[in-house]
Amino acid sequence: MGGKQNIISLAVFIVVAAGFPWILPSEYYISILILSGITAIAVVGLNLLLGFAGQISLGHAAFFGISAYTSAILTTNYGFPVLAGIICGIFLSAIVAFLIGMPALKLKALSLAMATLGFGLIVYIFMNETITLTGGPSGFVGIPRFNIMGYDFYSDLAYYYLVASSLTVVIIISLNLINSRAGRALKAIHSSENAARVMGINVHRYKLFVFVLSAVFAALAGGLYAHYLSFVAPSAFGFHASLQLIVMAILGGMSSVWGGVIGALFLTSMPEFLRIYEELETILYGLILILCMMFMPQGLAGGLGKLAGYVSGKLFRRGLK
Amino acid sequence: MDLGSILQYLVSGLTVGSTYGLTALGFTIIFNATRVINFAQGEFVMLGGMLAVFFAGALNLGVFPAVLLAVSCTTLVGVCMERLTIRPVQGANVVNIIIITIGVSIFIRGVVMLFLGKDTFSLPPFFGTEALEFFGAMIIPQSIWILLITMLVLVGLRTYFNKTIFGKAMLACSFEQKAAHLVGISVDRMIMLSFAISALVGSIGGVILTPITLTSYDVGIMLGLKGFAACILGGLGNPFGAAAGGLIIGVLESFGAGFISSAYKDAFAFIILLVILFVKPSGIFGRADIERV
Amino acid sequence: MRKGLLVLVVMLAILMPVKASAGDTIKIGAVVSVTGPASFLGEPERNTLVMLQDQINDSGGILGKKLEIIIYDDETEVNKAVLAADRLIRRDRVQAGIGGTTSGNTLAIISNFTRAEIPLVSMAAAERIVDPVNPWIFKTPQSDRHAVTRILDHAKDQGYKRIAIITVSDGFGQAGREVLRELVPEMGLTMVSDEIYGPRDTDMTSQLTRIRNQNPDAIICWGTNPGPAVIARNRQQLRLDIPLYMSHGVASRRFIELAGNASEGLLLPLGRLSVAEQIPDDHPQKQLLLDYIADYESRFNTPVSSFGGYAWDAMMLIKEAIEMGESAEPQDIRDNLEKIQGFVGTGGIFNMSPEDHNGLDETSFVMARIVDQDWEIVSE
Repeated sequence: MGGKQNIISLAVFIVVAAGFPWILPSEYYISILILSGITAIAVVGLNLLLGFAGQISLGHAAFFGISAYTSAILTTNYGFPVLAGIICGIFLSAIVAFLIGMPALKLKALSLAMATLGFGLIVYIFMNETITLTGGPSGFVGIPRFNIMGYDFYSDLAYYYLVASSLTVVIIISLNLINSRAGRALKAIHSSENAARVMGINVHRYKLFVFVLSAVFAALAGGLYAHYLSFVAPSAFGFHASLQLIVMAILGGMSSVWGGVIGALFLTSMPEFLRIYEELETILYGLILILCMMFMPQGLAGGLGKLAGYVSGKLFRRGLK
Repeated sequence: MDLGSILQYLVSGLTVGSTYGLTALGFTIIFNATRVINFAQGEFVMLGGMLAVFFAGALNLGVFPAVLLAVSCTTLVGVCMERLTIRPVQGANVVNIIIITIGVSIFIRGVVMLFLGKDTFSLPPFFGTEALEFFGAMIIPQSIWILLITMLVLVGLRTYFNKTIFGKAMLACSFEQKAAHLVGISVDRMIMLSFAISALVGSIGGVILTPITLTSYDVGIMLGLKGFAACILGGLGNPFGAAAGGLIIGVLESFGAGFISSAYKDAFAFIILLVILFVKPSGIFGRADIERV
Repeated sequence: MRKGLLVLVVMLAILMPVKASAGDTIKIGAVVSVTGPASFLGEPERNTLVMLQDQINDSGGILGKKLEIIIYDDETEVNKAVLAADRLIRRDRVQAGIGGTTSGNTLAIISNFTRAEIPLVSMAAAERIVDPVNPWIFKTPQSDRHAVTRILDHAKDQGYKRIAIITVSDGFGQAGREVLRELVPEMGLTMVSDEIYGPRDTDMTSQLTRIRNQNPDAIICWGTNPGPAVIARNRQQLRLDIPLYMSHGVASRRFIELAGNASEGLLLPLGRLSVAEQIPDDHPQKQLLLDYIADYESRFNTPVSSFGGYAWDAMMLIKEAIEMGESAEPQDIRDNLEKIQGFVGTGGIFNMSPEDHNGLDETSFVMARIVDQDWEIVSE
């Protein structure tokens, strides 16, 4: 687990996540939390790839989508149990990630970004055009709600806890990974690939591993997404969605696992508050993005954390007087 | 397949490809100066077109004054963008600056949507609407204009970088900023200039395209995407590679639509692009050393 | 890391919202794509709903109660549509819903309304919305089937046999393509070419060249702006004299503006709203259409489009259902929506039934030709 601090953080997160729905004034906000949580699972995975291994993927929504569609099709058309559908979706995404990662991860920086972007677009086009399988641009309807051993997560509260616990598991795995041998290897790769190679790290294998892992997280999110909305359409998995995931990871803060969670929650819920400004919403959204990055280069996790530290420091000093 | 059809696909591919190429040029100029991919590049193209429509329509100017005004305004936007959002964070992580450019692109899109509307607009062609016949292929004059102006921009840039002191200074910055600074080049000014030039090139693209492709506040997203692909394909950092990359993607799409399937034409273009990348990671015209980012 | 967590807690706390108040009002919720790619549909829809709310309240509301229409913009994004629907149902507790603007967004929110047992009247065209019939879901625009039927009838009358189609790869184009592929052979015609273009494509000469090589008698294009305008211009560029039919997706002045003189001679099915002045004076829709156009144009200072009419029909059908049953309970609204007969709307005359939740047929369209930058009815 790596240190007492992580355990404390995790404990606080679990308490907050568990208690939060009870202080919400309306059920509606739970659905925002659910979508934030689902997105957070994918962003935490992407953060491992981007923040820790330093590899850019502009096609991550494709893994999200492949799994969402696989599970949707298997459960709706072939009567698979939902859990089996999601597992198949994750499995397929992992295989695809492995196959595309093999050649792509040999590329550097922006070429890798381009390759993943191209891959994402190709998947997106296939989702649109294989109409008999996916339902085409207007989407795939009638996906069953998540259920396991007879219990269906019909209420949003139940679904929220399902998502929150999945997110917790993903966070635990990530925290463990970062503080493991593999995590240190990845950080070494991030600082300098050549140095890492000289130290005897199998760079390509580690990169591939974290790429597949991040695809698996995205795929888990995709499965949860499909069986929550009971509807999927290609537009949710296009370039825009991939970009959104990247923005969440960076805005939240790349250097911490929590950054992904914060970024996802912030950007998923922010439009709800900007809604009242109607036509100005897009402008404000852009402005917030610019200002956050200009004044909080460490992301929200770093920036607001610093602010919190500053304020509490002041208070503490005043208290001494 | 008859010659006329093949020529038609080629012309159509080259026309669309020029749009990608001109966007890609802008990416390259800024990348060379700052090592940043400017995601707002597509918005410069959009601004060029939308402002030209606005000046020609609402202010009732002729096409040419409107075009001039649109191009100058967009260039000014490029300069402002650099001064307000890029310079204050100089030295920041490249990824952060990329997110800032994404923010700027969303912001610009929002402003244009608010003030110029959400509709699609068109601009009258510069000269002549009647298509010319060429070995069975029909070519509209605007296509020829687009190709000519793209060439002109390329030649202009080449002269600028090779012959003028500013151009050489910018080149120097792209090779080694510290060394450039030491020999007395104002790196700040060169970066600003790079934003101005790429906004200029982008808006020229937007203006000459609008008579054919129409424009709306959100065309920048797709153009930015294809432009990015074009400059990676051509070899990042090489303006001529970028322009060529754009033409190649345009022609691939058009032949894909003509010979394979119009539904999968974009997929076809991108599959080829992936194959090229895997075989030659530095792009068709790229030097290997440019990849050290 | 702990600080990061603190931030998380603070942000969750900010999520604290404003509580909605309930009073003696009838609440109707709308999910509309006011921005994003479908804004050309969503904006007139939103305007129409805003206008109707004022008009209805000025004339005493519904059953003496004040009408409140809560409108959320989904930005033409599926996720946001679902969130907006959820918000309407759970937070605002609306009695009936209107939306979404596009077929995709409607299909996405159907399950929310069905689960909550609240009726939803969609403003999107796709047949899949009401076929198979879902007890809670209705829609106001004419179905693609009606438009295709009008086009193919016209084509058959002209003696055309070989048909080429070119459709856009989005929900609208897909729905049209499915119906075309079904009805073209069914009506004894041959489909010789089936081309696709992307919603943001800027040049379709490749597709048209392919079509030309198949030598069809007529081309049918299914899409919304700007694609069809580009196709019309490319057709002129290639000097194709094959007749070109457009869908009702471009039933707006904007299309004629964009296509310029390339739009001359194109044929398309139109709702009567677009050609209100030309329809006979004794047509039941005439006065209503002229009034709607006058109201809309004087209030918003922009030309009316047939898309705003979808919202007018949706809201007025719900009003009619509430007044029929003298109840604004969701269950009663649903039951009465199904019983509406002979209701004159902007899109046509609605005859609902438990089997038909659209209530329109192909007579709700007229065939028109674009002549001198305006529509001219060629067959009623």
